[in-house]
Amino acid sequence: MLTLKKSLTEIGRYVQLMGRTLSRPDRMRMFYKEYVKEMYQLGYNSIGIVLIISFFIGAVICLQIKLNIQSPWMPRMVTGYTTREIMLLEFSSSIMCLILAGKVGSNIASELGTMRITQQIDALDIMGVNSANYLILPKILGLMTIMPILVTLSVFSGMIGAYSTSFMGTTTISELTEGFRYSFNPWFFWCGMIKAVVYAFIISSVSSYKGYTVEGGSIEVGVSSTDAVVTSSVLILFADIFLTQILT
Amino acid sequence: MIEVSHLYKSFEDKEVLHDINAVFENGKTNLIIGQSGSGKTVLLNNIVGLLDPTSGNIFYDHVDFCALSKRDKILLRRKMGMLFQSAALFDSMTVLENVMFPLNMFSTDTYIDREKRAKECIGRVNLSGAENKLPSEISGGMQKRAAIARAIALNPKYLFCDEPNSGLDPKTSIVIDELIHGITTELNITTIVNTHDMNSVMGIGDKIVFICEGRAEWQGTSADIMNSDNKRLNDFIFASDILRKYKEAEDEEAAKHHH
Repeated sequence: MLTLKKSLTEIGRYVQLMGRTLSRPDRMRMFYKEYVKEMYQLGYNSIGIVLIISFFIGAVICLQIKLNIQSPWMPRMVTGYTTREIMLLEFSSSIMCLILAGKVGSNIASELGTMRITQQIDALDIMGVNSANYLILPKILGLMTIMPILVTLSVFSGMIGAYSTSFMGTTTISELTEGFRYSFNPWFFWCGMIKAVVYAFIISSVSSYKGYTVEGGSIEVGVSSTDAVVTSSVLILFADIFLTQILT
Repeated sequence: MIEVSHLYKSFEDKEVLHDINAVFENGKTNLIIGQSGSGKTVLLNNIVGLLDPTSGNIFYDHVDFCALSKRDKILLRRKMGMLFQSAALFDSMTVLENVMFPLNMFSTDTYIDREKRAKECIGRVNLSGAENKLPSEISGGMQKRAAIARAIALNPKYLFCDEPNSGLDPKTSIVIDELIHGITTELNITTIVNTHDMNSVMGIGDKIVFICEGRAEWQGTSADIMNSDNKRLNDFIFASDILRKYKEAEDEEAAKHHH
């Protein structure tokens, strides 16, 4: 009963914070400046890790399918086809966002948590600035803008990773190309984009909530950072089930 | 002028402030003094609106702050400047950017004018030359001065300082005190300083409110404070050896003159 009450209180506080966040910024020029900064910090700085992980996962998926599923009864393009579908539908859109929840979520929560305990957020409130709107809105919109780009890069990087296995002799470039092109449904790409936008909102808003509402000192900032990652990850997994059911 | 009337504040069952009544006058440096844990920070946070009182009223020039709408509270807050205990400068911004922040947010001036105003404020607190430094690259005293510059950038009507001397050496503390006092007189604003530093009390305390266990125990000026017969106030101010000896010497002197 106590846990239920606590959970409902948390949800209520989250909704209230989002109410304050999702309003028109006090100064648009300040908002744009922060928006671009957040896209750079949260998105551009994540490109490296997205490319590396996707490249190797693409290569490994390709190898696993070739070695464990491919049989003489199946067309040779199955490896490329399956790799593309896995990357497009699940890995790049969902698993990559789970990985980014760790990197971006902890970054957001610890930044806002530190601002809270060092009274920087109080300083904004005293000035008459809507601190939630000024600090959180650019993070949410920045990540929602950049996440589809990261997911697209992840898909391409995974495909390049799959191509790289051809140098090991397990498959050929032409077989993979045929598979990548076979029966392509553009809607699957848009499914990935929709998922990316929803997950970006979950990661940025939940992590911001956890950081913004910190009370205490550095230990609590650490705890909020961990909570942000765990809660975002669980919510992404739940959302994945519903979105997959709805979209495909 | 800021007036606090019958202010109570409780956290769950614990009452932290009990029936506080005080008037903080315009053009004067008003001090809230008291031991750590006496409730002075809670009182200041109630006055600036970071906390909501359990009951009571806070009047800013006869306008009841507690009764204002959210929008009107925000508008009134734009007339406030605050110096926090930790300075609370924005880490990612330089000193100049910190001071320009409120101007960028609320001023309709051109960039050149905003920068000029920010540099004026930085010059006023004797920080010229440190404009492009980050808060982590300057000393605690300089951070406090930068925070004062940020607080006065929009020509506030009310200035609040929470423990401005905490963590500073006595010499730097005097510089900060004189700066706060000077700005208060120059701009003719209502300043409230939360402190337990007796040097500040004697140096800049135009009006003093002594808080003890959540109650406004004594009010007066720095001239009155040495001659008060309030036991709790005397226990607080004469906890320092230097002040006790000063008081004893003063009493002896007075006794000699009497004979």
